[in-house]
Amino acid sequence: MLATDDDLLRQAEEWRREGRGVALATVVETWGSAPRPVGSHLVIDAEGTFMGSVSGGCVEGAVVTEALDVIESGAPKLLEFGVADETAWQVGLSCGGRISVYVEKVT
Amino acid sequence: MDLALLARLNEERAARRAAVLVTDLQSNTQRLVLEKDIMADPLSALLSDALRMGKSGVVESDGHKVFLTVQAPVLRIIAIGAVHISQALVPMAKQLGHDVIIVDPREAFASPERFPDVPVHAEWPDVALPRLGADRYTAYLLLTHDPKIDDPALHFALKSDAFYIGALGSRKTHGKRVERLQTIGFDEHAIKRIHAPIGLNIGAISPAEIALSILGEITAKLRLKPDGTKIGN
Repeated sequence: MLATDDDLLRQAEEWRREGRGVALATVVETWGSAPRPVGSHLVIDAEGTFMGSVSGGCVEGAVVTEALDVIESGAPKLLEFGVADETAWQVGLSCGGRISVYVEKVT
Repeated sequence: MDLALLARLNEERAARRAAVLVTDLQSNTQRLVLEKDIMADPLSALLSDALRMGKSGVVESDGHKVFLTVQAPVLRIIAIGAVHISQALVPMAKQLGHDVIIVDPREAFASPERFPDVPVHAEWPDVALPRLGADRYTAYLLLTHDPKIDDPALHFALKSDAFYIGALGSRKTHGKRVERLQTIGFDEHAIKRIHAPIGLNIGAISPAEIALSILGEITAKLRLKPDGTKIGN
Protein backbone atom coordinates (compact mmCIF):
# COMPACT_ATOMS: atom_id res chain seq x y z
CA MET A 1 0.00 0.00 0.00
CA LEU A 2 1.34 3.42 -0.90
CA ALA A 3 -0.63 5.46 1.56
CA THR A 4 2.04 7.84 2.80
CA ASP A 5 4.82 9.92 1.32
CA ASP A 6 7.28 7.81 3.32
CA ASP A 7 6.18 4.71 1.42
CA LEU A 8 6.86 6.60 -1.80
CA LEU A 9 10.48 7.22 -0.85
CA ARG A 10 10.83 3.49 -0.26
CA GLN A 11 9.25 2.90 -3.67
CA ALA A 12 11.78 5.27 -5.27
CA GLU A 13 14.64 3.35 -3.68
CA GLU A 14 13.23 -0.01 -4.79
CA TRP A 15 12.69 1.10 -8.38
CA ARG A 16 16.22 2.50 -8.59
CA ARG A 17 17.68 -0.75 -7.19
CA GLU A 18 15.78 -2.64 -9.89
CA GLY A 19 17.80 -0.58 -12.36
CA ARG A 20 15.00 1.71 -13.48
CA GLY A 21 15.55 5.39 -14.26
CA VAL A 22 13.78 7.20 -11.44
CA ALA A 23 12.82 10.79 -10.65
CA LEU A 24 11.41 12.16 -7.42
CA ALA A 25 9.07 15.16 -7.50
CA THR A 26 8.39 17.04 -4.26
CA VAL A 27 5.97 19.89 -3.51
CA VAL A 28 8.32 22.49 -2.00
CA GLU A 29 6.03 25.53 -1.77
CA THR A 30 2.32 26.24 -1.99
CA TRP A 31 0.34 29.48 -2.18
CA GLY A 32 -3.41 29.79 -1.74
CA SER A 33 -5.48 26.65 -1.65
CA ALA A 34 -3.22 23.86 -2.85
CA PRO A 35 -4.57 20.32 -2.94
CA ARG A 36 -1.47 18.58 -1.55
CA PRO A 37 0.74 19.87 1.28
CA VAL A 38 4.42 20.76 1.11
CA GLY A 39 6.51 17.60 1.21
CA SER A 40 4.12 15.52 -0.94
CA HIS A 41 5.89 13.26 -3.43
CA LEU A 42 5.37 11.84 -6.86
CA VAL A 43 7.76 9.07 -7.93
CA ILE A 44 8.23 8.54 -11.66
CA ASP A 45 10.17 5.92 -13.62
CA ALA A 46 11.63 6.20 -17.13
CA GLU A 47 8.57 4.45 -18.59
CA GLY A 48 6.30 7.13 -17.17
CA THR A 49 4.90 4.88 -14.42
CA PHE A 50 4.13 7.02 -11.39
CA MET A 51 3.00 6.70 -7.77
CA GLY A 52 1.80 9.32 -5.32
CA SER A 53 0.59 12.83 -6.06
CA VAL A 54 1.65 16.47 -5.99
CA SER A 55 -1.84 17.84 -6.70
CA GLY A 56 -5.32 16.44 -6.87
CA GLY A 57 -4.48 15.04 -10.29
CA CYS A 58 -4.41 18.39 -12.15
CA VAL A 59 -0.70 18.68 -12.91
CA GLU A 60 0.63 15.14 -12.53
CA GLY A 61 0.69 14.65 -16.31
CA ALA A 62 2.91 17.67 -16.81
CA VAL A 63 5.19 16.69 -13.90
CA VAL A 64 5.64 13.20 -15.38
CA THR A 65 6.63 14.72 -18.74
CA GLU A 66 9.17 16.99 -17.06
CA ALA A 67 10.41 14.09 -14.93
CA LEU A 68 11.20 12.02 -18.03
CA ASP A 69 13.36 14.94 -19.14
CA VAL A 70 15.09 15.06 -15.77
CA ILE A 71 15.78 11.31 -15.86
CA GLU A 72 17.31 11.79 -19.32
CA SER A 73 19.44 14.85 -18.54
CA GLY A 74 20.14 14.33 -14.84
CA ALA A 75 19.60 18.05 -14.18
CA PRO A 76 16.97 18.89 -11.52
CA LYS A 77 14.13 21.30 -12.29
CA LEU A 78 12.03 23.60 -10.17
CA LEU A 79 8.55 23.82 -11.70
CA GLU A 80 5.70 26.17 -10.91
CA PHE A 81 2.06 25.49 -11.57
CA GLY A 82 -0.96 27.65 -11.02
CA VAL A 83 -3.64 29.77 -12.53
CA ALA A 84 -1.22 32.72 -12.75
CA ASP A 85 1.16 30.74 -14.91
CA GLU A 86 -1.32 29.47 -17.43
CA THR A 87 0.51 31.10 -20.29
CA ALA A 88 3.79 29.52 -19.33
CA TRP A 89 2.27 26.14 -18.55
CA GLN A 90 -0.60 24.57 -20.37
CA VAL A 91 -1.86 23.13 -17.13
CA GLY A 92 -3.17 24.92 -14.11
CA LEU A 93 -4.67 24.11 -10.76
CA SER A 94 -8.42 24.24 -10.93
CA CYS A 95 -8.57 25.20 -7.26
CA GLY A 96 -6.84 28.50 -7.96
CA GLY A 97 -3.75 27.78 -5.87
CA ARG A 98 -0.14 27.78 -6.95
CA ILE A 99 2.49 25.15 -6.24
CA SER A 100 6.20 24.82 -6.77
CA VAL A 101 7.54 21.32 -7.46
CA TYR A 102 11.19 20.21 -7.33
CA VAL A 103 11.99 17.34 -9.69
CA GLU A 104 15.27 15.46 -9.25
CA LYS A 105 16.79 12.29 -10.61
CA VAL A 106 17.65 9.43 -8.25
CA THR A 107 21.23 8.60 -9.27
CA MET B 1 19.26 12.56 -5.19
CA ASP B 2 21.96 10.05 -4.60
CA LEU B 3 20.58 6.53 -4.11
CA ALA B 4 22.81 6.05 -1.05
CA LEU B 5 21.32 9.20 0.49
CA LEU B 6 17.77 8.03 -0.24
CA ALA B 7 18.57 4.60 1.24
CA ARG B 8 19.99 6.26 4.34
CA LEU B 9 16.83 8.35 4.73
CA ASN B 10 14.65 5.23 4.44
CA GLU B 11 16.90 3.40 6.91
CA GLU B 12 16.57 6.16 9.51
CA ARG B 13 12.79 6.06 9.22
CA ALA B 14 12.71 2.28 9.65
CA ALA B 15 14.79 2.69 12.82
CA ARG B 16 12.36 5.34 14.19
CA ARG B 17 14.96 8.10 14.07
CA ALA B 18 14.16 11.59 12.87
CA ALA B 19 16.19 13.16 10.07
CA VAL B 20 16.08 16.19 7.80
CA LEU B 21 17.09 16.14 4.14
CA VAL B 22 18.50 19.54 3.20
CA THR B 23 18.25 20.44 -0.51
CA ASP B 24 19.72 23.69 -1.82
CA LEU B 25 17.29 24.63 -4.60
CA GLN B 26 19.87 26.91 -6.29
CA SER B 27 23.02 24.80 -6.20
CA ASN B 28 21.08 21.50 -6.13
CA THR B 29 23.37 20.12 -3.44
CA GLN B 30 21.91 17.83 -0.77
CA ARG B 31 22.81 16.50 2.62
CA LEU B 32 21.09 14.38 5.24
CA VAL B 33 21.18 15.63 8.83
CA LEU B 34 20.39 13.06 11.52
CA GLU B 35 18.55 14.19 14.66
CA LYS B 36 21.66 13.65 16.81
CA ASP B 37 23.77 15.82 14.50
CA ILE B 38 21.39 18.76 14.23
CA MET B 39 23.07 20.92 16.85
CA ALA B 40 26.37 20.74 14.98
CA ASP B 41 24.79 21.77 11.67
CA PRO B 42 25.15 25.35 10.36
CA LEU B 43 21.34 25.48 10.01
CA SER B 44 20.74 24.01 13.46
CA ALA B 45 18.09 26.54 14.59
CA LEU B 46 16.05 26.18 11.39
CA LEU B 47 16.39 22.42 11.41
CA SER B 48 15.28 21.95 14.99
CA ASP B 49 12.27 24.24 14.43
CA ALA B 50 11.25 22.26 11.36
CA LEU B 51 11.66 18.99 13.22
CA ARG B 52 9.70 20.13 16.25
CA MET B 53 6.79 21.13 14.04
CA GLY B 54 7.18 18.07 11.86
CA LYS B 55 6.86 20.33 8.84
CA SER B 56 8.78 20.24 5.59
CA GLY B 57 9.31 23.59 3.88
CA VAL B 58 11.50 26.19 2.21
CA VAL B 59 13.88 28.29 4.31
CA GLU B 60 16.38 30.99 3.32
CA SER B 61 20.06 30.48 4.02
CA ASP B 62 22.77 32.83 2.74
CA GLY B 63 20.38 34.13 0.10
CA HIS B 64 19.74 30.58 -1.13
CA LYS B 65 16.37 28.89 -1.06
CA VAL B 66 16.78 25.63 0.80
CA PHE B 67 14.14 22.92 1.06
CA LEU B 68 13.94 20.90 4.26
CA THR B 69 12.35 17.47 3.96
CA VAL B 70 11.44 16.62 7.52
CA GLN B 71 11.12 12.98 8.35
CA ALA B 72 9.73 12.28 11.77
CA PRO B 73 8.99 8.69 12.87
CA VAL B 74 5.48 7.27 12.76
CA LEU B 75 3.68 8.06 16.00
CA ARG B 76 3.34 5.10 18.27
CA ILE B 77 0.63 4.61 20.85
CA ILE B 78 1.49 2.19 23.64
CA ALA B 79 -1.72 1.24 25.42
CA ILE B 80 -1.39 -0.30 28.87
CA GLY B 81 -4.53 -2.38 29.17
CA ALA B 82 -5.85 -4.84 26.61
CA VAL B 83 -9.33 -3.57 27.40
CA HIS B 84 -12.46 -2.77 25.42
CA ILE B 85 -11.39 0.86 24.86
CA SER B 86 -8.10 -0.36 23.38
CA GLN B 87 -9.97 -2.67 21.01
CA ALA B 88 -12.04 0.27 19.80
CA LEU B 89 -8.97 2.47 19.54
CA VAL B 90 -6.87 0.19 17.29
CA PRO B 91 -8.77 0.68 13.98
CA MET B 92 -9.24 4.42 14.60
CA ALA B 93 -5.54 4.94 15.34
CA LYS B 94 -4.64 3.04 12.18
CA GLN B 95 -6.84 5.36 10.14
CA LEU B 96 -4.88 8.26 11.59
CA GLY B 97 -1.62 6.59 10.56
CA HIS B 98 -0.42 5.76 14.09
CA ASP B 99 1.09 2.46 15.22
CA VAL B 100 -0.46 0.80 18.28
CA ILE B 101 1.15 -1.62 20.74
CA ILE B 102 -0.80 -3.28 23.56
CA VAL B 103 0.74 -4.21 26.92
CA ASP B 104 -1.18 -6.08 29.64
CA PRO B 105 0.13 -8.80 31.98
CA ARG B 106 -3.32 -10.41 32.18
CA GLU B 107 -3.19 -13.09 29.55
CA ALA B 108 -6.94 -13.40 29.28
CA PHE B 109 -7.05 -9.76 28.15
CA ALA B 110 -3.84 -9.65 26.12
CA SER B 111 -4.80 -12.35 23.65
CA PRO B 112 -4.05 -12.13 19.93
CA GLU B 113 -7.65 -13.13 19.36
CA ARG B 114 -8.84 -9.87 20.88
CA PHE B 115 -6.15 -7.87 19.05
CA PRO B 116 -5.48 -9.61 15.73
CA ASP B 117 -4.00 -6.54 14.01
CA VAL B 118 -1.41 -5.16 16.44
CA PRO B 119 1.48 -6.43 18.59
CA VAL B 120 0.28 -7.59 22.01
CA HIS B 121 2.69 -8.05 24.92
CA ALA B 122 1.27 -10.16 27.78
CA GLU B 123 3.83 -8.79 30.23
CA TRP B 124 4.14 -6.37 33.12
CA PRO B 125 4.84 -2.81 31.94
CA ASP B 126 8.15 -2.60 33.82
CA VAL B 127 9.33 -5.56 31.74
CA ALA B 128 7.80 -4.67 28.38
CA LEU B 129 8.19 -0.86 28.25
CA PRO B 130 11.99 -0.58 28.57
CA ARG B 131 12.36 -3.16 25.84
CA LEU B 132 9.94 -1.29 23.53
CA GLY B 133 12.05 1.83 23.98
CA ALA B 134 10.88 5.38 24.56
CA ASP B 135 11.12 8.45 22.35
CA ARG B 136 9.28 11.72 21.84
CA TYR B 137 7.13 10.18 19.10
CA THR B 138 5.46 7.84 21.60
CA ALA B 139 2.18 8.25 23.51
CA TYR B 140 1.36 6.19 26.60
CA LEU B 141 -2.23 5.37 27.54
CA LEU B 142 -2.92 3.93 30.96
CA LEU B 143 -6.22 2.15 30.64
CA THR B 144 -6.35 -0.73 33.13
CA HIS B 145 -7.93 1.11 36.09
CA ASP B 146 -5.59 -1.03 38.21
CA PRO B 147 -2.73 0.84 39.95
CA LYS B 148 -0.73 -2.40 40.16
CA ILE B 149 -0.45 -2.34 36.37
CA ASP B 150 -0.88 1.36 35.52
CA ASP B 151 1.53 2.82 38.08
CA PRO B 152 4.74 1.07 36.97
CA ALA B 153 3.90 2.10 33.39
CA LEU B 154 3.31 5.67 34.51
CA HIS B 155 6.66 5.78 36.32
CA PHE B 156 8.38 4.69 33.13
CA ALA B 157 6.39 7.10 30.94
CA LEU B 158 7.10 10.10 33.19
CA LYS B 159 10.84 9.50 32.91
CA SER B 160 10.59 9.32 29.10
CA ASP B 161 10.31 12.04 26.42
CA ALA B 162 6.84 10.78 25.43
CA PHE B 163 4.77 13.55 23.79
CA TYR B 164 1.56 12.37 25.43
CA ILE B 165 0.69 10.51 28.63
CA GLY B 166 -2.98 9.87 29.39
CA ALA B 167 -4.50 8.05 32.34
CA LEU B 168 -8.04 6.71 32.58
CA GLY B 169 -10.05 7.36 35.72
CA SER B 170 -12.13 9.98 37.47
CA ARG B 171 -10.73 13.11 39.10
CA LYS B 172 -10.94 11.30 42.43
CA THR B 173 -8.98 8.31 41.08
CA HIS B 174 -6.44 10.70 39.62
CA GLY B 175 -6.17 12.53 42.95
CA LYS B 176 -5.10 9.29 44.61
CA ARG B 177 -2.73 8.58 41.75
CA VAL B 178 -1.10 11.99 42.20
CA GLU B 179 -0.66 11.29 45.94
CA ARG B 180 1.09 7.99 45.17
CA LEU B 181 3.38 9.72 42.66
CA GLN B 182 4.27 12.49 45.12
CA THR B 183 5.10 9.93 47.80
CA ILE B 184 7.77 8.42 45.60
CA GLY B 185 9.19 11.77 44.59
CA PHE B 186 7.64 12.87 41.28
CA ASP B 187 7.40 16.66 41.21
CA GLU B 188 4.58 18.90 40.03
CA HIS B 189 6.14 19.41 36.60
CA ALA B 190 6.17 15.66 35.95
CA ILE B 191 2.64 15.14 37.28
CA LYS B 192 1.30 17.95 35.07
CA ARG B 193 2.34 15.96 32.00
CA ILE B 194 -0.42 13.44 32.72
CA HIS B 195 -3.69 14.01 30.88
CA ALA B 196 -6.30 12.90 33.37
CA PRO B 197 -9.16 12.28 33.12
CA ILE B 198 -7.96 11.03 29.74
CA GLY B 199 -9.33 12.43 26.47
CA LEU B 200 -11.19 15.53 25.33
CA ASN B 201 -14.39 16.30 27.16
CA ILE B 202 -16.97 15.23 24.56
CA GLY B 203 -19.25 13.42 26.98
CA ALA B 204 -17.91 10.06 25.82
CA ILE B 205 -19.66 7.00 27.26
CA SER B 206 -19.05 3.96 25.03
CA PRO B 207 -15.56 2.46 24.57
CA ALA B 208 -15.48 3.77 20.98
CA GLU B 209 -16.43 7.27 22.11
CA ILE B 210 -13.71 7.22 24.77
CA ALA B 211 -11.20 6.03 22.14
CA LEU B 212 -12.31 8.92 19.93
CA SER B 213 -11.87 11.43 22.74
CA ILE B 214 -8.36 10.08 23.46
CA LEU B 215 -7.34 10.26 19.81
CA GLY B 216 -8.81 13.76 19.60
CA GLU B 217 -6.66 14.82 22.53
CA ILE B 218 -3.57 13.22 20.98
CA THR B 219 -4.27 15.05 17.70
CA ALA B 220 -4.65 18.34 19.55
CA LYS B 221 -1.38 17.72 21.37
CA LEU B 222 0.30 17.20 18.02
CA ARG B 223 -1.26 20.05 16.08
CA LEU B 224 -1.78 22.82 18.61
CA LYS B 225 0.65 25.00 20.50
CA PRO B 226 0.06 25.29 24.25
CA ASP B 227 -1.88 28.55 23.63
CA GLY B 228 -4.36 26.68 21.42
CA THR B 229 -3.25 28.10 18.06
CA LYS B 230 -2.28 25.81 15.23
CA ILE B 231 1.38 24.79 14.92
CA GLY B 232 2.98 26.23 11.80
CA ASN B 233 0.70 29.27 11.59
